[in-house]
Parts: sequence; structure tokens; C-alpha cells
Amino acid sequence: MNVELRVNGTEHVVDVEPRKTLLDALREDCALTGTHAGCEHGVCGACTVLANDAPIRSCLLFAVQADGYQITTIEGIAPGPGELSILQDAFCETHGMQCGFCTPGMVLTGHALLKRNPNPSRADIVDAISGNICRCTGYGQIIEAIELAAERLRGRNLSDSVPAEPTMLHADIGAPEDEPERGIIKAAEYDLPHGGKP
Amino acid sequence: MKAAPFEYVRPGTLLEACSILADDEDALPVAGGQTLVPMLAMRLARPTKLVDILRLPELTGIRRANGSLIIGATTRQVEAESSPLVAADLPLLATALPWVGHQPTRNRGTVGGSVANADPSAEIPLIAATLGAEIVIQSRDEERVVPADDFFLGAMSTALEPGFCVKELRFPVWPEPRLGVGFHEISARKSDFAYASAAVQVAADEDGNCLNVVLGVGGLSDRPVRIPLDSVIGKHLRATGLLDIIAEAVGDACDGFDLRSDIHASASYRRRLAITLARRAMRDAIDGALQGREGAQ
Repeated sequence: MNVELRVNGTEHVVDVEPRKTLLDALREDCALTGTHAGCEHGVCGACTVLANDAPIRSCLLFAVQADGYQITTIEGIAPGPGELSILQDAFCETHGMQCGFCTPGMVLTGHALLKRNPNPSRADIVDAISGNICRCTGYGQIIEAIELAAERLRGRNLSDSVPAEPTMLHADIGAPEDEPERGIIKAAEYDLPHGGKP
Repeated sequence: MKAAPFEYVRPGTLLEACSILADDEDALPVAGGQTLVPMLAMRLARPTKLVDILRLPELTGIRRANGSLIIGATTRQVEAESSPLVAADLPLLATALPWVGHQPTRNRGTVGGSVANADPSAEIPLIAATLGAEIVIQSRDEERVVPADDFFLGAMSTALEPGFCVKELRFPVWPEPRLGVGFHEISARKSDFAYASAAVQVAADEDGNCLNVVLGVGGLSDRPVRIPLDSVIGKHLRATGLLDIIAEAVGDACDGFDLRSDIHASASYRRRLAITLARRAMRDAIDGALQGREGAQ
């Protein structure tokens, strides 16, 4: 069966058996192997992707059911090639991963949470990632990563409406501090890679 | 963990879907798929056809009608959870929904799917049984309205015959202005299957006397059960010994069940849990029903 999948803004027409899950279609037919196959029956959360910005388990959806959704995988989170999103950066900084197998699912779940709730409490974060199993970290640093990213996202000047071109994603740090007509009041550290740390 | 081959069809109308289900008794309807797809992956189910009913317009949406709130079968759990109508009319369902699965499964899982699946520890069937909801089911030839008490027949077993699919759920809306609700459950970890759960809805008059009350327990036997509490109606909600009446009623009801017992929770543990959770749910419901009234005094 042919099905049109819209993944990270790109149309993929794939020819799949009805029993092929979205997870397998993403990995095998779209060559997007960042989405991990864990338990393959909806328990572990490793295969989490976003469908219209809501986290879902891609192993519990057949590819033939997935037409008409805007699918976002871990490959669609970074602002540009070779870059990391603020949340991904925070995972690196807080050491929010060890083996990394759960990480794409954790990042996407955290990403969806921060989009819905820019100021989540620790309990909100715990609830949001409760469907994602991590067997290494004990979750502490993952929660910390999402808290850190939330703080940075709140503190930055740039909004999500800024076009996703790599060159546009950094504040003009050469601009004088108070120049509202250039859209920059103060170049926040949070606008810089790694939160402005070297 | 790969499903056996099947044919996938997505009919445009409910009647068309029911015809396909009627013609092939090995065909299964699929909507959110949060329980069915794992069963396919583990090959516990091997349907010839999957009939996708998720996008049928007649099966989705939440609306008020004749003192009921009607929730279409394929309304997603997340939609019910964030619905202002559910929050206003069915506070008990709104309180229980965050306990259903995890956010990612609620984003796909449907209200009707949970009812059709009839897991004995599931929250939505418990609320349907507690409030005495009606389940509307449809086949190619007829529509039937089945009260929740007659719908849940056992673990994963319902009054749905082959060729039928759940169309909508009709929840009675209580007209009393002073409503309180409580919901508690215990499971091994957040959102896992409940060992026991209890749901209570109470209505009070201006003086704090009980006008109406319902109590349901889940996870204990093969289906959710409503426990009669007629002796509480008319009593003041702060009357001493009221919670003991609840505890006794739950204990008596448990003695009448074939209580589930497994490696995680023995029958006697489930019985004690049910009593404790029912007391907690009742206390929350009473506090809710009397809120404002006692603060004003």
C-alpha cells in the first residue's frame, strides 16, 4: 500500500505492508533511524515521535494510518545541520543520557511539554516523561535537563516564529545593548549555544 | 514483535464499517490502537482485516443532550481530558482521565476504545459503571443502548457481539449545584494497571445533607462494580461514622466478589486497598461538595 507521510516537513511516499508500523517505516523507508525501536508494544517510549506536536508511540501506529499528520522525529528538532536545539544542548550539559537509547524519545517528549507549558513544575516534567523508560540515568539528570531548557527558553529573546535558518538563530551579539529598533534589547546568554558558556 | 499480515481498510461511514465487520467475523475495528496494536504485535490477536474507524466523523465529538453528556467513541482521551464540557458536566471523569495510561497513549487512545476493551482495572469503564452511563453500540442492522451494568460482562468481555462497534457513551449529568468528586487508585508505578481504584460522586443540599451519592470500585474483580450506598442519602456529609459506613459497604461488596489475586497484589491486600481508597475518594468528594459552604461560616 502506498502512503504519504509528512515527516519533518518533507513528503515521503512509501510503499508498505499494512502491518508495518510507523516506527519501522520511518527507520527503513525514510532512513530516519533516530527513532529507536525498543519494546515494540507500547511500553517503553523509545519510539516516541510527535504527530501534530503531540507525543505518540510510533510502534502503536501503522504507517498506513499515519497519512495527514505532521510527523516530527528527533531529526527534525535541531535548528540546522550540525546544531542542537536548546533542549538537546541541555541534555548534553546536565548529562541527561548514558547509553542514549531512550534519548530521542525523552527529547521529543520534553520538547512537546515545553511547547505546551513553558513553565513546568518538577511534577509536570515527571508526569510528562513517565511514559518513557530509561534504564541508566535514574531520570534525575533528564528532569534537570528539561528544567534547564525551560529556563533558557523563557529567558531568550528569540521566539519560535523566527525562521529556522541557522544564520537567523543567533542574536546579534555585536549590537549595542539597548537597541529596540533592531529587535534586540539585550543579547541574552540563553540565545547563544550552550547558554553562552564557552 | 511484528504483527501478522492483515488487510487494512478505512471506510468512509460507520454503516460501511459495520458491514465489513458483519461480513467477516475475523475483522476487527481499530481506532487509537493503544491496546489492540500491542496485542497484534504479540500475536494475541490475528485479525484478517483492520477496519479503521478513527476518522469517522459520526464517532467523534462531545455534546450535551437531554441531561446527558455524549462522548463519541473515537474521541481521544486527551480531548476529553481538556474538554470544558467534560470539566463542567462530568467532574468525576475529568478527575480520573489523567490516570489513564500516559500522555503519549492518551494522545492516541480513545474513550470508546477503553470501554470496548473492558480491562477490569481501567479508569473509563469504572467511571461509566459508577455513574451508570449508557453505551450506544451499532451494527449494520441496528443501534442498541446498553446500560453499563449490562455492558461489562467480565475481564476484556463486553456485550459487544461480532459486527458491533461502540458508537458513543452517554453519561448522566447531575443537576445538583453542590457536587463533589473523588478518585484514587494504587498501582506499581504511575499509570500502570491499578490494583484497586475507587470513584465517588456526591451531591449535597444547602445544609450539607447528602442528596445523591455513587461509589464504584475497579481492579478488584473481573469488571468495575458500583456499590449501593442508599443508607448515606439524607445523612449529613459530616455525620460521624459516615466514612465507616462506606468502609463497611466496600468490605461487604468485596466479600461477594471473586477477588483477583496475583503476584503483585493478593486478594486480601486488594480488599484493604479498596476500603482505604474508597474512604479517601469519599473524603475528597465530601470536601468538594461542601466547599465554600463551610468556608463561609
